[in-house]
Amino acid sequence: MPKMNLSHFEAALLFALFSSVVLGVITKRTDSERLRYGLRCFLYFLVALIGLGWLMHFGHG
Amino acid sequence: MPSNPTKADAPAPSAGKWAPAVILGWLVPGGGHFLLKRPGRGALLSASVLCMFLLGLMMRGAMFQPQTGDILTTIIYVGGFLGDLASGLLYLLATWLGYAQPDVAGHVHDYGTKFLVAAGLMNVLAMVDVYEIATGKKD
Repeated sequence: MPKMNLSHFEAALLFALFSSVVLGVITKRTDSERLRYGLRCFLYFLVALIGLGWLMHFGHG
Repeated sequence: MPSNPTKADAPAPSAGKWAPAVILGWLVPGGGHFLLKRPGRGALLSASVLCMFLLGLMMRGAMFQPQTGDILTTIIYVGGFLGDLASGLLYLLATWLGYAQPDVAGHVHDYGTKFLVAAGLMNVLAMVDVYEIATGKKD
């Protein structure tokens, strides 16, 4: 099994992508609703990721 | 005075109706959806859980072993073990084939451990979805 080295951002981005797909697939009733919900979840993950990143950056001074 | 039956009064669906699909969904992520003739959703769930699990292995994440002690230790280690176990055959195969990564410091290993647990938790969500489809709560 090859070893993988990812940055924080890359790992969190992949986590957000796969989690959003699952959340989109299992929650809504129609395909278009699922797609929209999955995209919205991914966007929220991104906003939280970048927002918390900046928060920690300023928190560390 | 006649009373209208509510959802709470409805008899619980028999296990024979949902158990095979849920068990298959646990063992093979997405398998329950395939059994219930939802191949598109099954394929997406299967690919997502499989990719998360494989990424976790490639990042050399650690598998949790159940440990008890103080409440926090118990929650983290038993919960983590159950999360790992929820990946079904992926976890069982990895363990049987000798994957035993020690828990070492480093952000990549740490993400790997989280990916392995999250793959199992996503499979739990998929199993709940299978249960709802099999019992007619969802189409």
